[in-house]
Amino acid sequence: MVDSNKISVVVVSDKREQLQMAAMVASVGAVSGNEVLVFLSMNALRYFVKGADEQAPCEGPVGKRMEQKKVPPFKALFEQAVTLGDAKIHPCSMAMDVLGIEQGGLEDYIGEAMGLTMFLDASRDGQVWSF
Amino acid sequence: MAEKKIIDARGSFCPGPLMELIAGIKMVGIGDEIEVLSTDRGSAGDIPEWLKKVGHEFLGSREEAGVWHINLKRSK
Repeated sequence: MVDSNKISVVVVSDKREQLQMAAMVASVGAVSGNEVLVFLSMNALRYFVKGADEQAPCEGPVGKRMEQKKVPPFKALFEQAVTLGDAKIHPCSMAMDVLGIEQGGLEDYIGEAMGLTMFLDASRDGQVWSF
Repeated sequence: MAEKKIIDARGSFCPGPLMELIAGIKMVGIGDEIEVLSTDRGSAGDIPEWLKKVGHEFLGSREEAGVWHINLKRSK
């Protein structure tokens, strides 16, 4: 059993439902007194390029319903995780290199690029969630 | 004591009402009361749990015509 208030969230999917759930875990976790670390990689990273307005595709009916309802956008929730809960969000350095993204090219609430070794070390002794 | 602050989160889905409360609680003083209006059933359960976890006072809630009125006091 994990006896820690550390929550690490690995986000790799580009699907709306996965991104939404990751953002919910990160934001609610962060504002509830947990130390939250989010690691953005693979197909999830492109949504966090500054000014990106691409809509994440839905996996199923819930994602479609979310589009029609007043569900907080996942990017807003990630930002609130940082501004209201002091979460730390870092992009994967490998994905940054593959996509050719410079450090200043991501939204302002995203921290510096992080390698997997550093992330794994930082997420020891806590919950790890993957989306 | 200041006038009770109303946070109208009707129509917003989880975790929207909670996040609106957290943003709003920073705007009031310690000892001030807040009433959150929410149509999200999950938030009606989650907000009292969050209050308990972080140490604010839950004053009670009631549901009227599909709207939950969640009352609390900022304690710290």
